[in-house]
Amino acid sequence: MTRDELRRILLDELGRLAPEVDLASLDEQSDLREALELDSISFLNFMTVLDKRLGVVVPEADYPMLYSLSGALDYLERHLSDRRS
Amino acid sequence: MSGTATYRDAVRAGIRDALIRDPRCFLMGEDVGRYGGCYAVSKGLLDEFGPERIRDTPLSESGFVGAGIGAALGGMRPIVEVMTVNFSLLCLDQILNNAATIRHMSGGQFSIPVVIRMASGAGRQLAAQHSHSLEVWYAHIPGIRVLAPATLEDAQGMLWTAIVDPDPVVIFENVMLYNMTGSLPAEVRPVDIDKAAIRRAGTDLSIVTYGGSLWKCMAAAAALAEAGIDAEVIDLRTLRPLDDETIMASVRRTRRALLVDEGWRSGSLAAEIMARIVEQCFWSLDAPLARVCSEEVPIPYPKHLEDAALPQVSAIVEAARRIMGAR
Amino acid sequence: MSEFRMPSLGADMEAGTLVEWLKKPGDRVAPGDVVAVVETQKGAIEIEIFEGGIIERLIAKVGETLPVGSPLAIIAGSQPSSVPQAGQTAPEVEPERPAPPPVETVTETAATAQRGIRASPAARKLAADHHVDLEALTGSGPEGAIVYVDVENWLHAAARQPASPPGTSPPPPARRGREAMREAIGATMARAKREIPHYYLQHTFEFDRALDWLSRTNAALGPDRRLVPGTLLVKALALACREFADFNGYWRDGHFEASQSVNVGTAIAIPGGGLVAPAIMEADRLELPAVMERLRDLVNRVRAGRYRGSELTGATVTLSSLGERSVEGLWPIINPPQVAIVGAGTPVERPWIRDGRVVPAATLMLTLAADHRVSDGHRGARFLAAIAAKLQEPEKL
Repeated sequence: MTRDELRRILLDELGRLAPEVDLASLDEQSDLREALELDSISFLNFMTVLDKRLGVVVPEADYPMLYSLSGALDYLERHLSDRRS
Repeated sequence: MSGTATYRDAVRAGIRDALIRDPRCFLMGEDVGRYGGCYAVSKGLLDEFGPERIRDTPLSESGFVGAGIGAALGGMRPIVEVMTVNFSLLCLDQILNNAATIRHMSGGQFSIPVVIRMASGAGRQLAAQHSHSLEVWYAHIPGIRVLAPATLEDAQGMLWTAIVDPDPVVIFENVMLYNMTGSLPAEVRPVDIDKAAIRRAGTDLSIVTYGGSLWKCMAAAAALAEAGIDAEVIDLRTLRPLDDETIMASVRRTRRALLVDEGWRSGSLAAEIMARIVEQCFWSLDAPLARVCSEEVPIPYPKHLEDAALPQVSAIVEAARRIMGAR
Repeated sequence: MSEFRMPSLGADMEAGTLVEWLKKPGDRVAPGDVVAVVETQKGAIEIEIFEGGIIERLIAKVGETLPVGSPLAIIAGSQPSSVPQAGQTAPEVEPERPAPPPVETVTETAATAQRGIRASPAARKLAADHHVDLEALTGSGPEGAIVYVDVENWLHAAARQPASPPGTSPPPPARRGREAMREAIGATMARAKREIPHYYLQHTFEFDRALDWLSRTNAALGPDRRLVPGTLLVKALALACREFADFNGYWRDGHFEASQSVNVGTAIAIPGGGLVAPAIMEADRLELPAVMERLRDLVNRVRAGRYRGSELTGATVTLSSLGERSVEGLWPIINPPQVAIVGAGTPVERPWIRDGRVVPAATLMLTLAADHRVSDGHRGARFLAAIAAKLQEPEKL
């Protein structure tokens, strides 16, 4: 899966979690929890869909690595490629 | 006395105990001495205590109950037996106009520590002049206390507590209970005469009753349990003053109440308790209140009609099922 | 043939705006079906129908603002209901009987408001305490009467309503209710500050044990089963309310009515502004995973703009928790007619003295605002301490 494909999946899911936010203007470096007003439960929902859709289970200790869109893309790429190798 | 005994034995044990404890106590009534009591309650007591303390009286309820009230006024502790509640109407004047009023009318200077025992209830084919349940007539009167022991322990223990009470106490013994067997403790133990007793704990409805109907209610509760209805059975024990606290606490828990009373339906003790429940527990109620009482006829002589006139286990079960929504 | 009318979703509601029809002419509806979304001051609320039939015609148009009781649709083949719809004018006076004498005032209960319904006093009281509309219920008692257990079951069912998986619900209605909501919050809070003699207490304590326990518990679980700290707060508060009944209930008609059940309102911010505090019913009886499930369900639905009237009025006490990325503490305002609200700040790492040594520790600041007409500070302090104590033993929650 390319980074672009992965980005499309994440934006799709984030769009469901925060339907009122315009994702087109989302800065990849910004803190998703601020930009999308995700509380702890909504963020947990995000982690849940990553598990359901991509099969990546993110431990709590790794949460901070996924606070931005770019961080999340890096993290997922790493884990998806680890799994292939 | 211990082991297997009858309710009759229990009443007798209570009387013996009172006579032994307090020389001011004596028993009087129709046929209580030589004959041993019309229901054989006082059998043997004449031999043991002598004619001074076990006194046969003429057939004159008004006369001997009046004498008992006078004796109490003079410092004695009389136990007066009236053969049945029907006959007690001849001495109702003494009980209502003298026993119940003298403390009030003397400004508290005199008290009447008399105990009047009487049999009540039907089921022995004694016909309409010997079978009625007029407990509520007495429970209506301020100034007296009214008891209805339904167990051996109460039959034995309530008497002494009643004697110690400085005011008149009327005790009703249901005629169908005299032959009931059970075990009695070796020693006579006075029991409280203030509280109702929960004879069977349950969560679905409260069956409130007293006297001879208690055991019908217990049988009904057992039948209901098989149908998945968990009934609580309350034995009132004291009919005046009523223990509202126990009744209301139970009804608030179960939210449903069924009253079972061998008295006639109109103006019954069941009616009074229903009124109190509505006054005190209205917002806890989950179903209409119900009651099973005697049919409003003079109690008939023929067995099948007598049975039909009285509260029976099947009618109690049916009434309970109805207020449970016929589950 | 009957009319489906604009329901009353609270005593203060006069009108509602139809946002969306979820049924169309020809659709069959059953009692309890959600048929439309109506915007009120409390936000968009799904409204249910309480009779069955076929939608013959939609009368109200999307966007229309209609007073309570206005016809919204015509239902064909419906059982003529002897039961008046909420908001409908009082039923016709029965011909043979004169108008009933005024019913004794016992708060504003079902007895007066829902005269045509066969329900026991106990059921009416429970329904009134929890603002349950008896019309929504089916009776299982004598002659089909609604009895206590029917209301109880309904409350349990309401507490168990399944979560719509995140994202599956349609996009929320336009946010034009925002101003109305701000107005409603303002009016309620102004009333609370004006009428309720608040007293405030604060307690800061070590929160390490709870957080460590959560990390350990969550480490073994997939994301969909992990717990957030708020779960512990809800449960600890609910359990403490059992011991301290004077913080759980309502101030009504000049006196306090303790509630039998503990329904914890949880303040949830609406993205973009506004706030609601829907209740987790009987939170004291739920295991932590169940509390979490309820919390997640509420957050998801608040976010999607979909919650029901009954959820907004059932709370007996409220928790306002700032979450993990906010400030240290808050001084909340009681949500009337409740009598207490507990505030939880963000856990803060700070130097702490433990056994005579300065150590780094995560601490939590809990605050309590309570009603002085019902309790005093001494009692409040014990209540707050009881919540803190429960949080020291998360494994027992």
